[in-house]
Amino acid sequence: MGGLMVGGDAAAVEVRDVVVRYGDTTAVGGVSLRLPRGRVLALLGHNGAGKTSLLQVCEGFRRPDGGQARVLGLDPVGDHDALMPRLGIMLQSGGVYPWATAGEILRLFASFAANPLDTDMLLDRLGLRKFERTRFRRLSGGEQQRLSLAVALVGRPELVFLDEPTAGMDTEARHTTWQLIEELRADGVSVLLTTHLLDEAERLADDVVIMRAGLVAATGTPAELTSAAGIDVLEVRADPGLDLTGLRAGRTVTETSAGEYAITGSLDTAGLAEVLAWFARVGADVTAVNTRRRTLEDVYLSLTTQTPVGAAQ
Amino acid sequence: MSTLAMSASRGWIEILMFLRDRTAVIFTFFFPALLLLLFGTIFGSESTGSGVAVSRVFTASMIAYGILNTAFVTMGAGLAMDREDGTLKRLRGTPMPATAYLIGKALLVLALSVAEAAVLILLGVLVFDMPLPADAAHWLTFGWIFLLAVIACSMLGVAVSGLVKNARNAGAILNVPVVALQFVSGVFIHPMSQLPDWLENVASLFPVRWMAQGFRYVFLPDEAQAGEIGGTWQLGTVAMALGVWCVIGLVLCLVTFRWSGRDK
Repeated sequence: MGGLMVGGDAAAVEVRDVVVRYGDTTAVGGVSLRLPRGRVLALLGHNGAGKTSLLQVCEGFRRPDGGQARVLGLDPVGDHDALMPRLGIMLQSGGVYPWATAGEILRLFASFAANPLDTDMLLDRLGLRKFERTRFRRLSGGEQQRLSLAVALVGRPELVFLDEPTAGMDTEARHTTWQLIEELRADGVSVLLTTHLLDEAERLADDVVIMRAGLVAATGTPAELTSAAGIDVLEVRADPGLDLTGLRAGRTVTETSAGEYAITGSLDTAGLAEVLAWFARVGADVTAVNTRRRTLEDVYLSLTTQTPVGAAQ
Repeated sequence: MSTLAMSASRGWIEILMFLRDRTAVIFTFFFPALLLLLFGTIFGSESTGSGVAVSRVFTASMIAYGILNTAFVTMGAGLAMDREDGTLKRLRGTPMPATAYLIGKALLVLALSVAEAAVLILLGVLVFDMPLPADAAHWLTFGWIFLLAVIACSMLGVAVSGLVKNARNAGAILNVPVVALQFVSGVFIHPMSQLPDWLENVASLFPVRWMAQGFRYVFLPDEAQAGEIGGTWQLGTVAMALGVWCVIGLVLCLVTFRWSGRDK
């Protein structure tokens, strides 16, 4: 990633070789990443992969034990006071007065901002209006999350850190939240979020960083990550029991069930043309063609469960 | 928004939260009141050597206990709780400066301390016929002793909160010095001259003795000073002792203040 770091305006987030240790445990073992302004970066990984620890360094809640982080060009710890009015931080849980109502909490955090958003509008947007007078501890997990998000956004931040923003939300709330994040991006707000939901990363993120055991296992756009290997499998339905010898040059072909052929191997454009031409040549009647490519989930699972980290990078 | 306005909205939410937590309200206000009623009733008919009803001596001294409760314990336990449940951290992630956090807490402590003193004084007046001082000088003295006591106790509470590892135990831990000091500082046991000399000297190092002595000056007749160590009110020493503890508290606050709990 070194080449990405030179030149240009200060990135929203620039993290270099960051190490976070808790006693003898290394939570983050030297991570570098860059979030340009106005983009959405998703940190993807299992629980304990080091996502939250890395986020805490960016938020200025802890000093890295190695490496450095710059946020909007500033030091998150040293420049805390200058940085905070420009950030919106959504923590995973806790830290809200349990006996305060949703409305009181949002208005309190609005009172800290120089030019806060209209709190009524935010309550409406996040479907919290009917809970305005409900005490925090009476809200459901998803409602607490939505309030937490509102609190992060109320100060019109340039950059927001969202730690598992849709955890505990129902489908509708999740979609509302996704829309909101997309609107933030459209308004030029930079977003760094952690998630272990692949559809969330795929839908929202411009860039995905997959973390595993405190290290970066892979990085790229969702499209890059999923299409790096091109088409994985070509499925063809044709006459059953064809002699496949002529098709096997450089490919693996199996008849998975009668008339169902699965072909893997060289499947670029020319390869696809060759395969279909072969079916035409042998006079087979092709009735269905289907291509499968790796999903982000395939990539994620292969990176986080089997492949050694070094090999994945 | 200015730090002052942020502090005000912080103070408002602190007071709101306190009032909605019934256990805290009951423990903070009714417990000292109950102790006063019990002690005052049990020993009320007796008189001290200088002829002042013991219940009046208790009322005056118990204001010191009340302030320990509302300032030291409330501040210490509240901060430990805010630190443990992530409130401090969440606030740290906003443009709110640390001073607004502490001023907000201070506003809560001040409001509670004023209310606590009012409750105890009212009980003294209504139940034990304690006359209120008639002259402005005594009230002025009450004002500065009260303020110095609240400031010193609050800052010591902030400092001690850092030692609390588990917020659930904060109340119990903070009450150890509070209760111990009641016994040796002339609140529960008066006059202090009943204590061994060395204990008297140790107690005199802490602020509680001076708070209680100052409040006795305010609410007891002048001849009651015969019951004090040295036989006088020693208001100069009261001011000095409380002033020094304010400075010690401030230094300890600055040295020990942390935004978040220990890392796991």
